[in-house]
Amino acid sequence: MGDADPVRSDAVAALLAAYRPQPGIADELLQPDGQLRPVWAPLIDLLAGQTPEQIARRFARGDQYLHDAGVYYRQYTGTVSTERDWPLSHVPVVISSDEWAGLTQGIVQRAELLERVMADLYGPGDLVSRGLLPAELVARNPEWLRPMVGIKPASGHFLHSMAFEIGRAPDGRWFVLGDRAQAPSGAGFAIENRMATARVFADHYPDANVERLAGFFRAFRDTLTAPRSGGWGHAAILTPGQQTDTYFEHAYLARYLGLMLLEGEDLKVQGDRLMVRTVNGPEPIGALWRRLDSRFADPLELFEGSALGTPGMVGALRNEAVMMVNALGSGVLEARALMAFLPRICRDLLGAPLALPNIATWWCGQPQAREYVMQNLPRMMIGRALTSQLPFETDSLTVIGGAGSDAVGDWLTRDGASFVGQEAVTLSTTPAMIDGKLAPRPMLVRVFAVRTDKGWTVMPGGYARIGRTEDPTALTMQNGGSVADVWVVGDTPVEQDSLRPAVSGPFVRGRGEMLPSRAADNLFWLGRNVERSEAHLRQMRAYHLRWAESDGRMTPILSHMQNFMSGTGIAAEPPISEALTGILESSLGCAGKVRDRFSQDGWMALRDLADTARDFSDRVQPGDDAARAMWVLLRKLAGFAGLADENMYHSAGWRFLTIGRALERADFVVRSLIEFVNPDAPPGSLDVALELGDSVLSHRQRYAMQTSPLTVLDLLALDPDNPRSILSQISAIRNQNALLPKALEHGQMSDVSRRILQLHTSLAVAKPAGMTPEQLHHIRGELLGISDDLTALYLS
Amino acid sequence: MPIEYEVRLIITYTYDRPAGGSRSLLRMLPRSLPGQQLIAGAVSCSPAPDSRRDSLDFFGNPLTELAHDAPLSEVSFRFEGRIRKDEAEGAFDFSTALDRLPAEIAQQHSLAPDSPHHFLSVSDRIPQAPEIAAFAQQVVGNGSSALDAVQSISRALHAEMGFDPSATDVTTTPVEAFRARRGVCQDFSHIMITALRALGIPAGYVSGFLRTNPPEGQARLEGADAMHAWVRAWCGAKVGWVQIDPTNDMMAGLDHIVVALGRDYADVAPFKGSMRASGDHTTRHEVDVVPL
Repeated sequence: MGDADPVRSDAVAALLAAYRPQPGIADELLQPDGQLRPVWAPLIDLLAGQTPEQIARRFARGDQYLHDAGVYYRQYTGTVSTERDWPLSHVPVVISSDEWAGLTQGIVQRAELLERVMADLYGPGDLVSRGLLPAELVARNPEWLRPMVGIKPASGHFLHSMAFEIGRAPDGRWFVLGDRAQAPSGAGFAIENRMATARVFADHYPDANVERLAGFFRAFRDTLTAPRSGGWGHAAILTPGQQTDTYFEHAYLARYLGLMLLEGEDLKVQGDRLMVRTVNGPEPIGALWRRLDSRFADPLELFEGSALGTPGMVGALRNEAVMMVNALGSGVLEARALMAFLPRICRDLLGAPLALPNIATWWCGQPQAREYVMQNLPRMMIGRALTSQLPFETDSLTVIGGAGSDAVGDWLTRDGASFVGQEAVTLSTTPAMIDGKLAPRPMLVRVFAVRTDKGWTVMPGGYARIGRTEDPTALTMQNGGSVADVWVVGDTPVEQDSLRPAVSGPFVRGRGEMLPSRAADNLFWLGRNVERSEAHLRQMRAYHLRWAESDGRMTPILSHMQNFMSGTGIAAEPPISEALTGILESSLGCAGKVRDRFSQDGWMALRDLADTARDFSDRVQPGDDAARAMWVLLRKLAGFAGLADENMYHSAGWRFLTIGRALERADFVVRSLIEFVNPDAPPGSLDVALELGDSVLSHRQRYAMQTSPLTVLDLLALDPDNPRSILSQISAIRNQNALLPKALEHGQMSDVSRRILQLHTSLAVAKPAGMTPEQLHHIRGELLGISDDLTALYLS
Repeated sequence: MPIEYEVRLIITYTYDRPAGGSRSLLRMLPRSLPGQQLIAGAVSCSPAPDSRRDSLDFFGNPLTELAHDAPLSEVSFRFEGRIRKDEAEGAFDFSTALDRLPAEIAQQHSLAPDSPHHFLSVSDRIPQAPEIAAFAQQVVGNGSSALDAVQSISRALHAEMGFDPSATDVTTTPVEAFRARRGVCQDFSHIMITALRALGIPAGYVSGFLRTNPPEGQARLEGADAMHAWVRAWCGAKVGWVQIDPTNDMMAGLDHIVVALGRDYADVAPFKGSMRASGDHTTRHEVDVVPL
C-alpha cells in the first residue's frame, strides 16, 4: 500500500470507506483487523486513482469485449430459455500464489482420491464390501451406471477433467462444497473472464504478476491429441447441442483448442471403433471430451429414451477403443452424500487425511447420522442426498437452518436415505462494484483440474461466482449472480504465454480440418434457407409494389403472382408472414448448430435479420410500406451473404453453403421462368421474371427497350456473365463440387459430378429458344437429383 | 423329477425403409442357475452380422452385441437349445418379518448382482407410484412375513387384473396398466415390482419361457405363446430370492425357464436395436417350449 504517498493512501481510504464486511466471516480484501491484504494493494491503488467515469469506461471495455466475442449462456425460466449476456463482475478475486499452491495440493489429492473411488465403484466394489461406503447409497444413485461396471478405461484412468467448488470458512481455511466429475463446465468461460478482465485492467494486468491460464489448456490439449495405443484418432468435444446452457463454451473450446465439436449423431460405432461421420467418410475418434451427461451417451445400453447419444458407445468403450473424458458414469462422484464418507475413505485409501476438507455432511440413510442431524437441525442444511447441487442451491426439498423442523423430521424418518444434512456454512466475501462503490459479496471459487502426462494440473484461477446480494442463495447465475476472474498473484513476473506454440522449422500451411457430415448438412441447408428467404422477399416486394400501383385492386398479374406464390406456401398478406419468420428461424437454427465454424459477425447479421423481420411483423402495412420493408430486409440479407462470401474461409463447409445457395437460387429462377415467361401469362409477366431474378438493370443495359421472352430467357437462364443466371449457379456448383473430397474417386467422376457436368454442358450450349417449359422442368428435376446425390454421398 | 425342454425362440423384425449401420443387443440365451441348466444351445442371427461380441451383463445375463453394416429389410434372431429344470425345494416360510427386512438389507454390504440393494429404489421402468403403494399397503396386513406379503400381492393382482394382450404394449407404464386393470405378463410383473418396492421388499424382473402345452389334465398357462415374465423378490437373508408369477398367481417352478434377470424390463429386453431408419417396422415372436 502507498504508505509513502499520503495522497494515494487517502484515495484508497476513500474507496474503501463504505466497504464493511459482516463480522464473523472471512473477507478476501480485508484482513480480520481491517487492514488491506497486501496482495490486493496494487489493484486497489489503481482503482483508487481513478474517477468513477474512468472506472465505468474500463468496465465498459470488458463488456464490449464479451459482447463482441458473443459470450452468452442460456437462462431458463420455466420452459423458456433465452440467451443472456455473460454477467461479469469486473473486479477480480485476488489470491496470493503461496496460498494457491497450498490449495493446489489439496485439489490434486482430492482428484486422485476420487479417481480411486471411481475405479473401485466400477471395479471390485471393495469400499462397499469393507463397509466404508453404504451399498444402498451407490445402488440407488442413478448415475452409477451398471453397464459400465467392469469396463476398463482405455487411457488407464477414469477421470481426466474435474472441477471443485470451494469456499473459505470464517477461520480463513478453504473447504470443498461440491465435486464436479460428470462434465465440469466453466473452463472456457474462465478464459473469457480473463480476456475481458485483462481488457478492463489493460494498463495493469501485463505486469501484475498474474499467473496465466494458457499453459493449462495447452497441456490438456496435448493430452487429448497425444498418440495412444489402439490406433490414431481425432480428438473431439461431444456436446448435447445448442439447447444446452453452456453450448457457447463447447463451441468456444472447440475453436480455441482446435478440436472437432460433435453431437451424438455425428458418431457411429463401426466394428470395435468409435467413428465420426465426415464428408470424407468415417474417421476414427481417439479421444472424446464429453460434455454430455453419461446416461444419455448410448440409447442401447444406457438411458433408452436418449435422442442425444450414439448407439453402441458402451460397446466401443468395452473394447477400450477411445479415451473418454471422463469415463461414463463419473456422475456418481457428484452425489452430495458421498462427502459424508470421503474423510474416512481418504484415510483408508491414501493413508492421509483430506488435505482440503469438505463441508461436514451426514447421510440420513444411517440411523446414527440421522439422529445427529435431527438433534442439530438449527445449524444444518437439509437437502437431497444424490443431487450434485450445492447446499445453498435451494429447491422445494431443501431447508436451511432447521426451518419447518416438523416437516423435516417427517421426511427424515420416512425416507432418510434420500437426504443429507450439511453444516450450515457462510462463505467469505469479496469486493464487487455496486453502484460505483466497492461492496462485499459472498463468493465461491471453481477450481479446474485436468490430468496430463505429468499428473494432475490445476488451472491457476479464472472463475469465481459472486452473489447478487449478501445472501449466498443468490450466488448462481440462474438466480442473478455474476462471475469474476480469479487472479493468482505472485511476487515475481510471469512469462507471457498463449496457446500458440513457439514456431520452429520451416513454415507449413495448416491442414484442412475434417468436416463432420452433420455440420456440412447444416451449412448446406443454411445456404438453401437463406436463399429461400431471399426469394420470398423478392416475391413479396414485387407483389406489393404492383398492389400499391393498382390501389389494392386485383389485376391479372397480381392474381397470377398470387398463384405462383401459393405454390410454395406464400400468402400475399400479411406482408411479414409466419412463413417468412419461420424460414428465417430455420436459417438461424442451421447456423446455430454450426456456430463453432461461423464468424460472430455472420451470426449477428443473421440474427439481426430475423429480429428485424419479427419486429416488422405486426406493423408493416400492405402496399408501399410492405415493399419498403422487404427492401430493408433484402439489404440485411445481402449483408449476411456478403459476409459469407467475403469473410468465411473457403473450407469444405463453405462449399456446401455455397452449393446450397446456388441450388436454391437456380431452382427459383427456373420456377419463375416457367411461370412468367409463358405465352399464357398476363401482361407484365416478363418484368416480374426480371425483377424476381434481380436482373432488371442488366436487362435494360443489354437490351434497351425491347423485352421479349427470348431476351429474358437468355439473360436469366443462359448468360454466363449474369451472376443470377441458372448457368452461373450451375457453374458455381460445378466449381465447388470439384473441390469436394469425393468428386473424383480412383480417377473416376462421382455420379453427382457427372450429373452436374451434364447439366452444365447442356446449358452452356443451349440457345434461348431451347428453354422450353419441358426443358425447364427437366432442369428442375436435375437440380433435385444433384441435391439428393450430394446428400447421399456426403451429408447422411 | 427333472424335466428337459427343447426351446426355440425366433424374433423377426421387418423394416419398411431400412438404413445401414444397425446395432442389436440380445438377451436371448437362457441362464444356468441353481435348478436350471443350459445343456446346449446358441443364439444366431440371419443375415449374419458383420461383427459380434458375446459377454455377460452386470446381472450376469448372457449378452450378444451384433452389428450389421448393410441396410436390413428383414432380420431374425434365433435361440435354439435344450434346458434341464430340477425339482424345486419345498418352500417352508423361513422368510423375515416385513418390519425387520430393512435391517437385514442394511447388513448386505454388497453390490454383487444378487444384492438386494439394486432392487429397492426406482429404476428405468419402475416409478414411485402412490396409488400402487396404497394398493400394496391395503393388501398386506401388519406383521406379515415377507414371503406372505409377496404371495398376497400376487394373489390380489391376479384377482384384480384382467389378462388382455390388446390393452397394453411394450412401452406401457405400470401406472397406466394398473389404472386400466388390464395387461400382459410384463404389466403384471411391473405393477407387482412397484408394489413390493413400495413395501420395502427388494423386487426384480425375470424374463423367460413357459412350456407351451401343459401336462395332461392341466390348464394351459397364460403367456405361453410368447416370451414370459415374472417377478423375483428378496425375502430376507435366510430365504433369499423367490420367484413368483403374478400372471398365473403361482410360484415359478418346473414350467418356468429363466432367460434373464434384472430390475425391470429395460434390463432384460430380449432385443434392443438401433437403426437410423425412418418409416415403420413390424415384429414377430415365435416361441416353442416342448418337454422331451
